[in-house]
Amino acid sequence: MPKPDSLLFFIDPNRCIGCQACVQACSECDTHRGDSMIHLEYVSRSESVQTVPVICMHCEQPTCAEVCPADAIKRTGDGVVQSARKPRCIACGNCVVACPFGVPELYEERKIMMKCDMCYDRTSVGRKPMCATVCPSQALFYGTREQIEQLRPLSAPVNTFQFGDQTITTRVQMMVPRALASRTPHVDVAAAMEERSPSRAVSLKVVPAPGDALTTAVQTDPFAEVEV
Amino acid sequence: MSGVRLSTSVEPERLVKTHCCFCGQQCGIQLKVRDNEVIGFEPWEDFPFNRGMLCPKGVKRYLQGSHPDRLTTALRRDSSAESGFTAMPYADAIARVASEIGRIQEAYGAGAVAVLGGASLTTEKTYLLGKFARVCLKTPFIDYNGRLCMVSAGAANKKAFGIDRTTSPWSDMVGTEVIWVAGSNVAECSPITTNYIWQAREQGAKIIVQDPRITPLARTCDLYLPVKPGRDAALFAGVLQIMIERDWIDHAFIRDYTAGFDQVAEYCSQWTLQKTAEVTGVPARALMQAAEYWGTAKTSFLFHARGIEHHSNGVQNALGTINLVLASGRIGKPRSGYGTIVGQANGQGGREHGQKCDQLPGWRDISNPDHRRYIAGVWGIEEQDLPGPGVDAYELFRKIDRGEIKALIAMCFNPKVSLPDNAFVTRCLEKLEFFTAIDFFLSDTAWHADVVLPGSLQEEDEGTVTQVEGRIIKINKAVDCPGDARPDWRIVQDIAGALGRPAGFTFSEPRAIFEELRVASKGGVADYSGVTYEKVTQQLGVFWPCYSEDPRTGTPIDHAGTPRLFEPGSYNPVAKGAGPFYFPDGRARFNVADYRPPVDDANDEYPIYLTTGRVVSQFLSGTQTRRIGPLVRQYAEPRIEMHPRLAVKLGIADGDWTTAETSRGSITLRAQVVTTIRPDTVFIPYHWGGRKSVNQLTVAAQDPISKIPQYKVCGCRVRRADAAPDYDAVLEPQQ
Repeated sequence: MPKPDSLLFFIDPNRCIGCQACVQACSECDTHRGDSMIHLEYVSRSESVQTVPVICMHCEQPTCAEVCPADAIKRTGDGVVQSARKPRCIACGNCVVACPFGVPELYEERKIMMKCDMCYDRTSVGRKPMCATVCPSQALFYGTREQIEQLRPLSAPVNTFQFGDQTITTRVQMMVPRALASRTPHVDVAAAMEERSPSRAVSLKVVPAPGDALTTAVQTDPFAEVEV
Repeated sequence: MSGVRLSTSVEPERLVKTHCCFCGQQCGIQLKVRDNEVIGFEPWEDFPFNRGMLCPKGVKRYLQGSHPDRLTTALRRDSSAESGFTAMPYADAIARVASEIGRIQEAYGAGAVAVLGGASLTTEKTYLLGKFARVCLKTPFIDYNGRLCMVSAGAANKKAFGIDRTTSPWSDMVGTEVIWVAGSNVAECSPITTNYIWQAREQGAKIIVQDPRITPLARTCDLYLPVKPGRDAALFAGVLQIMIERDWIDHAFIRDYTAGFDQVAEYCSQWTLQKTAEVTGVPARALMQAAEYWGTAKTSFLFHARGIEHHSNGVQNALGTINLVLASGRIGKPRSGYGTIVGQANGQGGREHGQKCDQLPGWRDISNPDHRRYIAGVWGIEEQDLPGPGVDAYELFRKIDRGEIKALIAMCFNPKVSLPDNAFVTRCLEKLEFFTAIDFFLSDTAWHADVVLPGSLQEEDEGTVTQVEGRIIKINKAVDCPGDARPDWRIVQDIAGALGRPAGFTFSEPRAIFEELRVASKGGVADYSGVTYEKVTQQLGVFWPCYSEDPRTGTPIDHAGTPRLFEPGSYNPVAKGAGPFYFPDGRARFNVADYRPPVDDANDEYPIYLTTGRVVSQFLSGTQTRRIGPLVRQYAEPRIEMHPRLAVKLGIADGDWTTAETSRGSITLRAQVVTTIRPDTVFIPYHWGGRKSVNQLTVAAQDPISKIPQYKVCGCRVRRADAAPDYDAVLEPQQ
């Protein structure tokens, strides 16, 4: 078995099927009974079945810990950012606001912030986290860098993210397709029914600049005239 | 809401290695057990098929046993009781069942009693149930809920290969060049298979998905074929025609290993690109692309599921896929295969050993004199006392309607939710003179029973099932049945005993049933004779056929099983060395797979296609999963899925109460407006009962060969509802 410190967590949203096995499995853990620490959201269900699973990214310099006035969030020597410590957490919610990935959640009735701690009871002894063990698409993968490079040649792990002026490096790796254009990023039924080759462009709602009217950069529907 | 566990800190006494109770993937799982209760799960990472992976149903399946609805006593119908039922002693219930069956058989004949089984039962139970109907009840009328599931694929496999099993282990999928997924919402119905497909893609496979909806698998596929519901056979014929025109076929394989190609080629010649595109709703460029991907590959895997099978043309649809596979020559080879994804836990094993109306153990034919003699010998009866073929599950209800069948014993089948046009089914259940249901919860169907016998949950008994790949695996017992509940096979034997016909029904444990099944299956196509519980446990599964004696020489052998069928040079007892396929000449058969439009197709009055299917968090008729709180919360109620273009035309917004109707019934649910479905089609999942059951609307049209109902298409009308239905916000009884 590889040493625990050589084992990394990889997220590949391209594989996610939105089944919520991770969410259901996470909620089994005794440290946060009945609650899941995983966020699994549709990007926009009206337009796609794409879902994105989000766990704590376990930053090298965790913003949540930096903004915590009670020093309740600790990072272990092996790089896992722990959930808030019960005696210290004052449930102020600074971390919830500050985390660039939107991970921590405040549990008002329990007066504590809780988030993913990478199944510390499992991973600290070399076992996989529960979510990555059960994930049937392996969108959540736990293993060595060598394993992921061998298994997933089409994408590359990325762990540096830019948020405005802030550069964040994380222990959790995000899998990014190596050749975006060569894969099909978006399949649309109406376009697939069209005889002309469909555009591969992704439809995205665009956030308007201040003063502009709300604009939506959606492809023209090639089936506007087709009877339904 | 019940079905939620909040204390997860209790340490288990032991972990039991077993399998999930739900779908045909049969993922390995370890159940945590304490004080005769299943209290949680732990992944089983050593089981090779799923290596710890589970779907949300598998994660939460452990919660079912502690549900307060678990039946722990026998019940009798009692209109004076508030619930409609009163508890009764188990022995009295058995005596009542036996006396009613005896009375009805005396008055109307043996065939006035019918049995319905299920494909979630262990193979031991399905074998015993088939024997019980024929030997104890002496009735030809037994069938099972696989009639709604596996029969189109099974019939097509028998016609084309002479054997009915997925040809290859799933591991053959990784490393293949192209995977064609025809009518299978893999991500929601068999989630574990997703990782195999994604891994194949990482290693270069192109993924083709054929579906009227953009399923999670279709979202990133290489080629999406948005087929119009019910047009699959036309699509396969059109693609094969392109392959023939472009000479993308394996002439040597067709010459050496098959028969019947010329007739198929002649049929396909009418399917020009333009005609195929018009009929299927799939553009010509996509059909061309599919033919090129499939036709030019060196290795490939094709599988299908209910999407193409749930049709009055279901066998032809499945044969259409097989023709594509045979024309490519890519079968019986590493990294190449063909298969059908079974829906239920024992969708494979449950269709092999005798609870099908026309079949005897070992995939033997109940109309074949040799087969009858062999099984009669195993069962210790005269061949002439063995009943002949019965009728399919839906026809069985028509016989109830006509008064020909007066009594019914149903186990593990919830036809009130799962059969089409279920208002008819409900009327039939009420017409019966006597109805007994064996179940662990009071299912929607069991509500109509005169006597309910408390059966066993999967974790309360042991036995074998055969999963999607044809791998026989072992279900291990974790806990004892609560209260008066009994393992299902004991209940069957108790009824036989109370009828005064115990001969052949005195097994002491599932292993003893399995040992008889080994003998009964020996020499049949589905030969289990070399399988033992020990071998299954030690090898982590055994692929059938698994022989006790070398079929060439008749000498005893220790056979490991047959993971991959049809390998060149392989021997089977039907072909006797003539070739790898299970016909006397060893050749696979091309079959003309002709397209017929669906029965009750969309028309002027009912202009929109209605199609049905599953969601990931629910299973079958929901008897179990509608009682598991976290799964209910994931997708609480059925919705009507439609494209925004259709919604705009109908004046419906996302979340609006919406009525869909056919000539058989109507349903009012909230709309879900999404671009991930064809604009001419609506989708409603089928897991709910009562007024939320989409099978109030579906049509009881059946395939002429397999008798599978046409769940996947019928014409319907959709409009904005006048008001919220009165069942809005009313929880179902079990919640």
